[in-house]
Parts: sequence; structure tokens; C-alpha cells
Amino acid sequence: MSEILIKNASVCDPAQRINCETMDICIKDGKIVESVSANAKVINAEGRLTMAGGFDGHTHSAGKINVGRFINPNDSRKNLVPGLSGQVARTEKTRAQVGYNTPNTYAIGYRYAKLGYTTICEAAIPLLAARHTHEEFKEIPILDKMGLSLFGSNWQVMEYIRDKEPEKLAAYVAWGLRASRGYGIKIVNPGGGEAWGWGKNVSGLYDPVPNFDVTPAEILMSLAEVNERLKLPHSVHVHCNNLGKPGNYATTIETMKLFEKVKPSRDRQALHVTHVQFNAYAGTSWRDFETGAPMVADYINGANHLTFDLGQIIFGPAVTMTADGPVEYANARMMHEKWSNQDIELEDASGVVPLFYSPKSFVNAVQWAIGLELALLVKDPWKVMFTTDSPNGGSFVNYPEAFTYLMSAKRREEVISGFSKMALDRMVLPGIDRELDFYELAIMTRSIQSKMYSRPEKGNLKPGSDADIAIYDILPGKIDPSTEYEKMKKAFSGAAYTLKDGEIVVKDGEIEATPKGKIYWVNAKVPSAIDSAMQKDIDVKFRKYYTVSKANYMVEDVYLQKPVEITTEGVF
Amino acid sequence: MPVIKDAVCSLCGSLCDDITVTVENNKITKIENACILGHSKFVGMLEHDRIETPMIRKNGELIPVSYEEAIEAAAKILVNSKRTLSYGWCSTSCEAVSGAIQLAEETGSVIDSTANVCHGPTALAAQEKGSPSATLGEIKNRADVIIFWGCNPVHAHPRHMVRYSSFSKGLFTEKGRKGRKMIVIDVRRTDTAKLSDKYVEIEQGSDLLLVTALRSIVNGHEDVIPETVAGVPKAEVIELAETLMNAKFVCIFFGMGVTQSRSKYKNGDAMSSLISDLNQHTKAVMIGMRGHYNVTGFGQVATWETGFPMAIDFARGYPYYNPGETGANDILVREEPDAAIIAAADPGAHFPQKAVRHLAKIPVIQIDPYPNPTTEIADVVIPAAVVGIEAEGTAYRMDAISLRMKKLIDSKFKTDEEIVKDLTAKVRELKRGA
Repeated sequence: MSEILIKNASVCDPAQRINCETMDICIKDGKIVESVSANAKVINAEGRLTMAGGFDGHTHSAGKINVGRFINPNDSRKNLVPGLSGQVARTEKTRAQVGYNTPNTYAIGYRYAKLGYTTICEAAIPLLAARHTHEEFKEIPILDKMGLSLFGSNWQVMEYIRDKEPEKLAAYVAWGLRASRGYGIKIVNPGGGEAWGWGKNVSGLYDPVPNFDVTPAEILMSLAEVNERLKLPHSVHVHCNNLGKPGNYATTIETMKLFEKVKPSRDRQALHVTHVQFNAYAGTSWRDFETGAPMVADYINGANHLTFDLGQIIFGPAVTMTADGPVEYANARMMHEKWSNQDIELEDASGVVPLFYSPKSFVNAVQWAIGLELALLVKDPWKVMFTTDSPNGGSFVNYPEAFTYLMSAKRREEVISGFSKMALDRMVLPGIDRELDFYELAIMTRSIQSKMYSRPEKGNLKPGSDADIAIYDILPGKIDPSTEYEKMKKAFSGAAYTLKDGEIVVKDGEIEATPKGKIYWVNAKVPSAIDSAMQKDIDVKFRKYYTVSKANYMVEDVYLQKPVEITTEGVF
Repeated sequence: MPVIKDAVCSLCGSLCDDITVTVENNKITKIENACILGHSKFVGMLEHDRIETPMIRKNGELIPVSYEEAIEAAAKILVNSKRTLSYGWCSTSCEAVSGAIQLAEETGSVIDSTANVCHGPTALAAQEKGSPSATLGEIKNRADVIIFWGCNPVHAHPRHMVRYSSFSKGLFTEKGRKGRKMIVIDVRRTDTAKLSDKYVEIEQGSDLLLVTALRSIVNGHEDVIPETVAGVPKAEVIELAETLMNAKFVCIFFGMGVTQSRSKYKNGDAMSSLISDLNQHTKAVMIGMRGHYNVTGFGQVATWETGFPMAIDFARGYPYYNPGETGANDILVREEPDAAIIAAADPGAHFPQKAVRHLAKIPVIQIDPYPNPTTEIADVVIPAAVVGIEAEGTAYRMDAISLRMKKLIDSKFKTDEEIVKDLTAKVRELKRGA
């Protein structure tokens, strides 16, 4: 039995409404407990900021990222955030590391841990390629992992929607989650992946998907209904139609409105909209492009059924990767960049394109502002998850830099002072003086994730929760985040301590230990009669259309490291 | 008697996963659905000579020893080496590759795969221009125009055309072969060409010219095309470009005729650009016809573990990649390695003479189920179970879809995965001792 006592911690734990109060935290056998014996190992936090381990609820860290690595060997040598990027030789404790936007698997684990993060959610698992995602998960040390499975352009899904078979649809989704060992339903540009099979796209919520006679709106609503019928721990996780296009804020608000009528089956949101920065553009073309964040934020401020994440961009090189195949092709053509594409039979599309966000480009400057505007204009932080959609908006190793933008108006002004007048005319950020405090930052980086994903043992420091804890070299009350942002950035870049399941994995910003993390996946129970009827339909799919047999499709147990099976009982 | 269904064939990059195998008394007695190549691999277990025991070369002769002795001798070679080449690892599982990478990292070795003499230039092309691809089922269900360029699936990937391409039927391709146009571009009239609707014979080494001409036409610059390109009349080139532009879904499958002929990676680079340009008019993708059943898997595992798909040099402690400098043949021709570990590959037969001559001079560890010319120059020979038959593990199909290979029969041989693990443990032990 291992016991740890963290003394004199300045605890910031929004789940318990604790805002930087000095207290002790007791740990026993990897869990937070009320008290420990006198034999407990003592960590003296010396009044430093202590939070639950960070939880990145939307990151591309396994699967598609490998295409990013493959086509960008130059990324391996990029060392833009020293200590968290570039080439690092192996040590007795750690494997060799490379990369910045697309680090190797080991570096992903170590670097998130250094930031005080202990859980990640891979944003997109194609069902057919799920085994690959789990192979990479196995090689990402320290972190607990989960992933969202793609259903938004799936033939079987669209056919069941067209044929009005909601129960079979639910059974199929439950089976798909089991097959891919996924945690929830991801919908990317609903219907657009299938259209991309013919080099086309869908233009909005009511543009029918070629050959399938369903609309994106029907796909969204039907999958939301399934999500609640199966009582999944997470809501549907939506990448809206028209991503990256001027004027798309209207589609985004329209999508959010659709979900007003969805009743969540659990104590969480009915909808999560992801990387909204890329979907909050006003204007009609790149000429009159401007921020749509105020309109989107206005709507969200009046709504109570949804959460969203930012997709904040970071200036410098990034690698975009998404199941939104047509977007990536458009990116590559527009920027004359190399283009990778991988359409997945019967299921979805995907693409990978590297790009560079420059503060000198007025479009990029406005994009940068939009992410921050969304975070600062939405009043309730319990609706906002902080992300860069890593590495689409920029690598996760830049989170500490981004935190300074959120916490310091002065820091924002510094960046904005380099923008062109045209850029300034198209954004509202310069007029916003809100600065987040540690409490609000903790909500956006760990607390909201716990609620969003129904993982009560994560993202908080309540007794019974996992002892995933970050201690940062910051003395709340004695630091002024709005002026001392360099100090803050340094502290968030290398935690004084990161504990994972009660084990010290990072000390003074260096890796101490590299335990293996858990894999969470959802097994949603479906009545066997409905399941059997559905199986007959997918048997036809495998016999006629797939190039892999059904028996070889399901991800086998051997690929799951320390699996945690979350079971739910569907309502039929 | 046990009948095992949906076994994955571990022969070529098609990785057919519908093989039915009957096993009686730990012997494979019947194989259904496999092609002739796959079939011979499954039955080859019985008919071919195996390396029956671990061996160490003493006074010029390979002498049988135990696994322990062979592992210890191999570990000593690795520990005493200043610059080891680790090569091959493509006809084995991803799990073995992962172990091999860790061993290479710990011994500061260069590790490279058979892509060095195969589809390596395909990776370089992707690094220049990207890899616009799709899974094979997309071709099966959608493609109405298929090009085989510099490849000959009739002989190299015998079931490819039936399962995934020319003859396959899918949702939007119900007519199968009849509804498709099949084009072969090659320097000789191969057996694949004989099955095509259109065969375009080009002059050897002129692939880049034809790809570039096609791009010009697709982009509306027909006027710049000379009277003949790559030995093909202008009118025929224009017709070809129009066929592509007017298709609903195009796939170009390409092989070593493209990757290992003149212009090498520039061919793939231009082809990737052609695919991108074609997508202005229709839908188009390209897929490399990977040979070894898990050469794609080596690339995948190496990429997520080291950042690079091949030619990885760990001398600095971190992975360093510079094909042309750090490829297996690059360092052998420079006579750099002072030891080599070779698994599931045969450089003795397939490398240039100069490289093989150097290999013959240095201590060589071989891990393989079967003897081959590399055995002749090996100093420690460690027999392995055949993955996909005697051992399970993961492999990646040519379209980067991973599948779990089954163990069908028991074997007295250790698996590649176990051998690498034992070897790594022994190396650590010797290093600690020193």
C-alpha cells in the first residue's frame, strides 16, 4: 500500500468549488482519500498551485497523426518549445524523442505529463483502422487514453436513418464502439466524407448526401437520438459542416440550434461542438473574411445544452489532420502544400496537410483572435474546453503559451500590436479586457472534461478520484498573471510534480517514471434480438463491400493496455 | 479436425484475410481461398527446408547450438559493435518490429527495412508531395478506371485484382470488370497487361515524362506536349488523360517499375501531383503495391516510435533520418557497419555486390525461418517461427489497414518477437556487466 501526503497545496479544484485554498491532499493506492497514516511519503507543495491532472478532451495523438509524421520528417527536428519539442536522446528512464507537431508516441506521453496532463481523448478513430489507433495508444506512456469513433459518413448509419430503423441504428453504433473500442460518437462534416468519395462535399445541413438520400441534419439528429438511447457517457462530438469557410458561423449556430430539442440521458451536455474557432467565420469570401465569434458566443451564452472547445491557433507551423477529406484537399490546393488523403471504405474520409500560421497573414491573425474571443466572450467557463485541436491549430506543447493569452490582456496586446490594420478591423479581441483566473483555467483544462465525458474520477481532487495531480511552481496570490506571464508560462511548461495514479511521473519538469496508462472504452448493451437483426445487415456489408472479413474487423483484447470497460444499458 | 477460418495470409501486401486452413495433428492439410503464392507459403512449412536449429559459425562451419548460446553470441556481437546495421523486419509482425526498434535504440544502431530496395522512394515522394490514397475497399466499391503502372499483380499479388481491383464488385461497381476500364502502363507486355483494356508501352525509364505530360494536359496545357512522349504518340497521351479526367473514380496502383527506375522518387512525386490535379476534375487516389506482407507495418511502427519510416540512425541517441546517408545500402557501401543483424530478409541475394561484400566481412546475425544466401555469410543463425502460421501478430496491408495474423499450428521455434526480447535482455545484462 503506497501512501502520499501532499502538504500545503494551494488547491484549485472547481468541481469542489475550491479556489486556491491551502490544504493537504492524501493519496492511497492511486486514489485520493480522506486521510493517510503517518508512514505516508510527504510532498511539500509549499503553497504552490495544485490542480487535478489535465485532461485534453480533443487531440489527434494516435492513428491519423502517423500520416502527419510520415509526410513531415522535417517536423522531427523542430524545436520551437525547448524542453517540450525536438530531438531528445534516450535515457535510462525514457525512450528517444523527436518532433514538435507530430512527436513520436513516447514524446507525446512525456510531454503531456510535463504539462501536468494525465488523460487524453483521441478525436477520431475510423472503425476499420481502429486497431492502428490502439497500437499507438499502447506506445504512449503515462497517460490514460480514450478515443471517439467516427460515424458521420458511415453507409450502415445512413441506410438505417434513411430506412427509419432507429433501434438497429443504435445496435450498430453500440457494435461499432465495441469493434473499435471507442468511447463515444464522433461526427465529422456529417455526410461530407461520403460525398468526398466522389470528390464532392455537402454544403450545409440540408444538402442531401449523394446516393444515400439523407441530410447532414438527419445524420446529426439520428445519432444524437442513438447517443441518448444508449446512455453513452459523452454526448455526440460534432465537427460541423462547412469547416474553414467564410460565413460558416451560420451553419455552426444552425447546428447548435438543432440540438435544443435533444434531451440528454445523463447529467451532461446534449452536444459538444469541437474546434469552433474553425467554424466561427463571418464574411462571404477570404476578401471580406471576419470574425463570427461574437454571434456564436451570443448564441452559446443563451443556450444551456452544449459545450464546445476552442481549436485555438498558435502562430508557426502546424499539421492539419481531419476526417474532413474535402477540407484537406482545399487546404492543400489553396496553400500549394503536400496533400495526403485516406478514404476509409464504407465509413469516412480523412486528410493531412501541413501549414503555417503567420501573424502577418490577416486571415491567420483573425483566426488567432477568434479562438480567444470565443473563450472570453462566452461567460460561463463550464461551457468551454480549452484545446488547440492539437496539432491542427498548433501543437499541445504550446498550451502554456495559450494560457497566457487567456489570462493576460497585456500579453494579448503584445501579440495584437504586430497585426495589420486590416486584421484589427476584422476582429473584436482588442476590445475585450477579460482575464481568466486560475479557477476558470482549471475548469477549461480539467473540470469540464470530467463532466463532459462522465468521468467523475477524473479532473477533480475529491476523495475517491484518481490521484492524477499537477503541482505548478506558481504561488497563487503572489503572482500577477496579467503581468507575470513569462513566469506563468514557465511554470505550466514543466510541472513541479505530476502524479499519475499516485505515482510521481514528473518532478521539477523532468520525467521520473513511465507507467502504462489505462484505456477507457464503452460497451453499450443492446437487446439481443435487435443486435441479431442488425448483425444480419452488416454481414451483407462484409460479404459484399468490405475488403476485410467481419472476424478480423473487431479490435482484439490483446491491443488494449489496462482496459477499463464502461458499460451502459440502452433504452429500447 | 480444427478448421480455422478468416486466417490472414502472410505472403504479400494484399494480406488476404479470408483463408480457410484445416489443421490435423498440428499439420496444415488443406488450404482454401489462397492464391498459388500464399498456398505455397502455407504448405511450404512442410516441404521447404527450415533452419532446424540455432547455429554459430566456428572455423568456417555453422555448428548447431542451443537458443541460449546463439542469443549470447549474438548479444556479444551487438555489445562489441560500434556501428550495427539492423535490417529487414518486413516479413514479420509489428510486435517484432517494435522490439527491433527498441534494440536498435539501445545499441545505437542503424535500422532499415526492405523498403531500402523497394518502395523507399515512395516514402520520399510522399514526403515531397503527400500521399493521396484510400483503402482498397474504396477502389472495389467506386473505381471505374484503374491503372497498374510498373507493377504486375498477376504474378506478384495474384488475388489483388479479384479482391480489390479489376474484377471486384462493389456498391457502385456492380458490373465488376465489365464496368471498369483497366489500363496498364509498363515497359513490357506483362501478363497483367494482357488482361487490360488499354496497354501503354513506354520506353524504359521514361515514366516521369509521361506523368508530367499527363499533368500538363489535365491542367489545360495540351499545346506544350511534343509529338511523342516516352515513346507514346501525343494523341494517345491525350486520350489517356481524357480517360482519367472523365472517370468517376480513378486509382493508380504503382510498383517498383515506378519507384526503382530512372528518376526514382521523382516519379512518385509527380504522380502525387497528378492525382492532386486530377481531383480538380474527378476523384483520384494512388496506392503503392507493397511486396512483403508487412513492409507497410514496418513503416507504420517505425514512424510512430521514431518519427521516420525507414533508414533510422540511433548513433546520436535520438533517431536521425537521412536516406541516401542512413539507408542500409548507403552505410554498407561506405563500409561503415562493423556488425549486422538481419531478420526476415535476404540482403545476401538482393543487395548490390559491394554491399554484400562488406556484409561478408563483418559479423552477421541472422534471424529467419528459412536458410537463404544471407545464411552463407551469417555468423550466428537463429531460427524463427513463421509469423501468420506458427506465430500471431499484427501486419499492415498495402493500404495501411492493420490485421491480426493468427497462429495456426504449434512450433518448436521461438518467435521473432521472443528472440528480439531475449536478445535485448541479454544485451542489457552484458552492458551492465561491463
